[in-house]
This record gives sequence, structure tokens and C-alpha cells, in this order.
Amino acid sequence: MSTLTSSVPVAAAAAPVASGRPATLVPFVRQTLAGLRVLLVLAVLLGVVYPLAVTGVAQVALGWRADGSLVAADGSHVRSRSDAVGSALVGQSFDGPRWFQPRPSVAGDGYDTLASGGSNLGPNNPDLVATIEQRRAAVAEREGVDPASVPPDAVTASASGLDPDISPAYARLQVARVARENGLPVADVAALVERSIVGRDLGFLGEPRVSVLRLNLALRTMGS
Amino acid sequence: MAALLQVGLVVAVLAAAHRPLGAYLARVFTSRRHLAVERAGYRVMRVDPDAEQRWSTYLLSLLGFSLASVLVLFGLARLQDRLPLAVGAPPMDPAGAWNTAVSFVTNTNWQWYSGETAAGHLLQMSGLAVQNFVSAAVGLAVAVALIRGFARSGTDARVGNFWADLVRGSVRVLLPLAFVAALALVAGGVIQNLHAPTEVTTLAGGTQHVLGGPVASQEAIKQLGTNGGGFFNANSAHPYENPTPWTSALQVVLMLLVPFSLPRAFGLMVGDRRQGWAVLATMGVLWAGSVALLTWAETAGPGLAPAAAGAALEGKETRFGAAASALFAASTTGTSTGAVNAMHDSLTAPGGGVTLVNMLLGEVAPGGVGSGLYGLLVLAIVAVFLAGLMVGRTPEYLGKKIGRQEITLVALVVLTMPAVVLVGTALAVALPAGQAGIQEAGPHGLSEVLYAFASAGNNNGSAFGGLTSGTPFYDVLLGVAMLVGRFVPIALVLALAGRLASQRTVPAGSGTLPTHGPLFVGLLVSVTLVVVALTFVPVLSLGPVVESLS
Repeated sequence: MSTLTSSVPVAAAAAPVASGRPATLVPFVRQTLAGLRVLLVLAVLLGVVYPLAVTGVAQVALGWRADGSLVAADGSHVRSRSDAVGSALVGQSFDGPRWFQPRPSVAGDGYDTLASGGSNLGPNNPDLVATIEQRRAAVAEREGVDPASVPPDAVTASASGLDPDISPAYARLQVARVARENGLPVADVAALVERSIVGRDLGFLGEPRVSVLRLNLALRTMGS
Repeated sequence: MAALLQVGLVVAVLAAAHRPLGAYLARVFTSRRHLAVERAGYRVMRVDPDAEQRWSTYLLSLLGFSLASVLVLFGLARLQDRLPLAVGAPPMDPAGAWNTAVSFVTNTNWQWYSGETAAGHLLQMSGLAVQNFVSAAVGLAVAVALIRGFARSGTDARVGNFWADLVRGSVRVLLPLAFVAALALVAGGVIQNLHAPTEVTTLAGGTQHVLGGPVASQEAIKQLGTNGGGFFNANSAHPYENPTPWTSALQVVLMLLVPFSLPRAFGLMVGDRRQGWAVLATMGVLWAGSVALLTWAETAGPGLAPAAAGAALEGKETRFGAAASALFAASTTGTSTGAVNAMHDSLTAPGGGVTLVNMLLGEVAPGGVGSGLYGLLVLAIVAVFLAGLMVGRTPEYLGKKIGRQEITLVALVVLTMPAVVLVGTALAVALPAGQAGIQEAGPHGLSEVLYAFASAGNNNGSAFGGLTSGTPFYDVLLGVAMLVGRFVPIALVLALAGRLASQRTVPAGSGTLPTHGPLFVGLLVSVTLVVVALTFVPVLSLGPVVESLS
């Protein structure tokens, strides 16, 4: 134990550091108690003040985003959860042939936000290969297209199970069926897809994509 | 092309930050002045921030602080249902609470649990996120103590004051950066509130829970402190943690920011900036190599499932795609972060192999906050020692002789992690309780187990998630692996720092190997790779290599 211990009481700290005084407690216990005091002080700053300060600023300056980028059925931004049909950022299930379909999801029974995650199946897993083939056949049948034209994102589960987006290719693949089921002109639905495509951030970050919720919100307006 | 620009943007931001942040870090850890808020804090903590500690006292303070941290976190996890803001999360079982406490205190952030249901807001922000700050600050402190060992001459093994280093790293370095980063993330769509999950009716008439939580404040320090523990199970693949490609790029920058700036601080503190450049170049070469390999693997998409689907998109998000997922995966395993924006178990066989090797390098490309620098400096000593053997001279590094005791300490550091990883893997594949967790048959099953122990032993925290690790067997064994992998090297590095600090600096002679040129960088890169190759080629051959070839 060095003479210059680190956890000298405040009185001793004010005075010149005591020299040669043998430790009265087992050194490690003393250090652990000092560690506990240091941790508690830091926890107040880093674990209470910091997150609440960020929350305060975020709620005032960026409230809609801080609350989850919620949208209402008419597509408007809302902060109240009771008015929301979901989040613009989080994928959701759409049962029925009239909707644009999202990617396969293995979060719970599909798009369960309490069970986010991917399949974690390995790249050569035979079950995964079989599942992909089944999905390909199902999508091809649903859309009435050649199985070879089904894009990769339509047959693979995302990492989060909450992927809000599909590729432009998968959106275009669904245009004919969605138009037919909603009684809308194919050209109108195709135009909707094209103007809903979001390019790469800054032109080069990530991939081009289409939000499924955004497409389906627009469909409701077109239908009415 | 977009993939290249993506990497280019990250490199440009890091390059711009390198000098100012490096200089700032050096100032923080050499200044004699305390901030007013720090002074007030020290009074409440009743510690003396000006006492110069010997390495052994410094270590004892560090261990005492870490023990207190484990106990507090264990308590919070066990009692969280009785505390405010639990939002319905039940108490963790003892094995799970032990694993989580050790995991966050060791800067690993291995997670056996799903944050959305198993961790309440209070545990997240006042327990886990606090460790995100302080465990990174502990790594910084050890790195700074080692730098002082090189910079000082004949000082009776005194390497600084742990409490001051811990507080300064947290308050002056990580806190301001995290605050700014958190607000940037909110602007990108990361949530920041204290709501509990609320059920809403979806557009098609189903139901879904809208989640809440102080996510952005945790996300910022999760990356900045190279921690990696996700607020939600899907980690940085979750839209509420990482909503857009630009937030993903920002998160990559955040995890690389401090590790890539520390070599500058090192160069300034030892009085020779060229030494910092050599360390930086070594880290940069290894990181760039792994980014290139991973980008190739995930874009080309070898393997049966990618071939069936037409691309390696299983376990990847549409908005990120192959390139942004590869950049993230290389950076999260090259640092000790372990956050993921794509599921590593579903990476292609060569891609998954690169993430595994990245960790097995000992997390030095560029490594965790602090731990990357001290890890690489240890390897630099191995490199000068080998060069010394070749030319038959007593090796020296930065004016310090590398004698028998120094190289013994260094050898023990280098051997600790492989021992943890290989013994742990061997136990898990040999025992029924370990085999029970394996999801995949054949070589990928071995990769899953090897990945888990490589991740724990190197304090990374990412996983091949197919492994069912939330069992008492894995909770306890991986907890031990994390503890040994973190604190044994720290103790040895601090002992080394003490020995170096007590040595007198000798001026460089004509026979001294220059440790700043391309030749030394080449030597250091080779040593780093050869050490891994000699240790891990057998087990890698049975896992990812066989998988890639089959």
C-alpha cells in the first residue's frame, strides 16, 4: 500500500497527504468503499442529469421525433399515442391483398415490437434455404409473376424484424396486384411508388428504399 | 462507388477530428487543474485527486471501483421491478444479473436478454448507461497510465491518479461528446422519452406496441464508449436506435472516434508525434483491410442462402444494405463495441470470419476506448523484442529497455485472451450444457461458440445470435471469460506501466530500431497478424474456413 492512498478523507486531503500511516482497513475494502462513493456521484451526473437533460432538450426541440415519429391514419404527424396508427420508422404487418406487403419478419409472429430481432440463421443453413424457396414461391404466386423476378429483400427476414422499408424493386413488383385489389389505375399506383422512393442519404449512404407504411397511407387517400 | 464514398466520409470525419481531439485528450490527462464541478465531486466522493499513485494502488482503486460497480448493477438488475420506471420489467435471475453486471462493467455489453421486455428505463439509464461511460473511462485511464509509464523517467512506479483519470475521462471527454451526439441522433429519429410500451391499432387494423425509453442518450455513449449494448434486442438494426443510413454512419464515426484519436494523444504525451502516427497507421491498415474484406464478402454474397435469395440480405435492413452493414460490422468488431446493425450470425461465411478475426486480433483495429491503444502498445513491445532478437541487441521502445520482466508481463498479456477464448470454447463444445445452446450443425455451430468466447474474452459483446446463451451455463462461464479477459490484462499492463515509469529513459543510440517509419508499421501489422495466426488457425480452420470452402 503506497503512502499516497487515493481515498483519504476530506480532512486529510486538505492537509498535506499523510505519510507512512498504515492503512487501518484492508486496503481493498477501503478502495471499494471509495469506488462506491465515486460511482454514486458519477451515477447522479451520468445516469440521471445527463439522460434527463437530453430528454428535456429533445422533447422541446425535436418532440415528434423524440416521441417516436408517430403518424395518424390520415398520414399526419402526431405525438399522442392514442391518435397514432404506428411509427413512420417502424415496420408493421398488413393483412390482406389490398396492401403493399413488407419484408418477412421473425419478430414474434411478425413485426412484434416487443420481440425485435432476426432469424440468426447461418449462411448455409438448409432450413433457411428451404424457407427462402417457400417465400419465393409464395410471393410469385401472390403477385402472379415469375419466381425468378422476386427480389432478395422479399424473401429474406431483416435484422430487426421491424424493417419499415422494401426495395424499389419489391414495391414495383406489387403495383399490379395492389392496383387491381383497390380498383385503382395501374399507372396511378406505379406513380405513387416512384414518388415514394427515398434515395440514398446524401446520395451515397445506405440504399434506396420505399416505406411500406407511407405507400399504404397514400393508398387510403387515393381510394377515398 | 457508393460503398467507397461511404467509407470515405467516415475516414474524412475521423481525420478531421484526429488532431484536435487527440490534443484535447492529451491536455485533459496532463492538466493539473480541476474543474469546479470536479472539485465539488471529489469533496463528496472523499478522494484526493492529486495524490500520485503507484501502479499497485492505481490498480487497487480500479478494481475497487469495478467491484462496487458490479455489486450496484447486480442489485439494480435484481430489484428493478421495485424501483421507479420499471415499465413492467421483472427482476433478472441471479445468473442473468451476474452476467449483465459483469458484462457492462467490463465494457463488453454481451446481452443474454432482450431490452424491450427485460430491462426497465431506470436500469437502462442509471445502471447500464452509467457503466457505458465509466467502463470506457476505465479503459482510457489504463491507456493513459501506460503512456505515463513511457513518458516518465525514474519516478518510483507512479503512474497518475485513478480517480482523477476516471472522472476526467467521463466528465471532460465522454459526457460533452455524448450530449451532442445524442441530440444529433434524436434529429435522425432515435427516440428519447420515458414512456412505457403502448398498444396502438395499426393501419390495417392489427395491434402493435409503440416503444418508449431514453434511447438516444444511451445510444450515443454506447457507440462513443465502444460499449455496444443495445437498448432493444435488435441493437443498432432497430429503427428506433438507428433509423437512417446517416445515423448509421454517425454511429460508426462515434465508435471509432476516441480509439483513432488516442494515438495522437499518445504521440503528444511521449513527446514524439511520429510514434503516434505509427500506431495510428497500424490501426488504420488493419481496420481498412477488414472493411474491404467484409464489403467484398457481403456484396458478393457467397453461400447457399444468399444464392437462393439472390443477395446476402437475411439479417440485414433494407436501408443499410450490404455495404453499410459491412462497414458497421468491421468497425464494431475492430473496436470492442459489439453493436450490430445487421445480424452477424447470418453474415456470409467469410464475412463472419472477418468479424471473428477482428476480435481475435485482441481488439486493436483500432480497439476499444483505451484498451485498443494499450493492446497495440503491448504488441509494439513484442515487435521491438522480436526485432531485437533478430539483430542481437537489447530491445528498447521509446527509450525504455525491454528486459526480462517487461517482456514477461507483455507475454502474459498476449497469452491471457487466447487462453480464455480457447479454454471457454473447448469447455462449451465438450459439455452437454454448452452443446445444448448450439443452433447450427457442423462448422457454423463451432463458429457460434467460438464467436461467443472471442466476444466475451475480448470484451466485444456482439454475438452469433443463434447460440442460446441465456442459460446459467453460458451466463456464468461467459461472465468469467469477460472478467478475466478484461482485468488480467489491465493488471499486467499497469504493472508494466509501473516498471516503465521507474526506469530511466535512455537516449536512442545508433542501434535503436526506429519505431515510427513504414518499416516498423509493417513489422507491427505482421506481428499482430502472426500472433493471431499462430494461436487460432486450428480452431478457425474448423469453423469459418471450412464453412467458406464448403
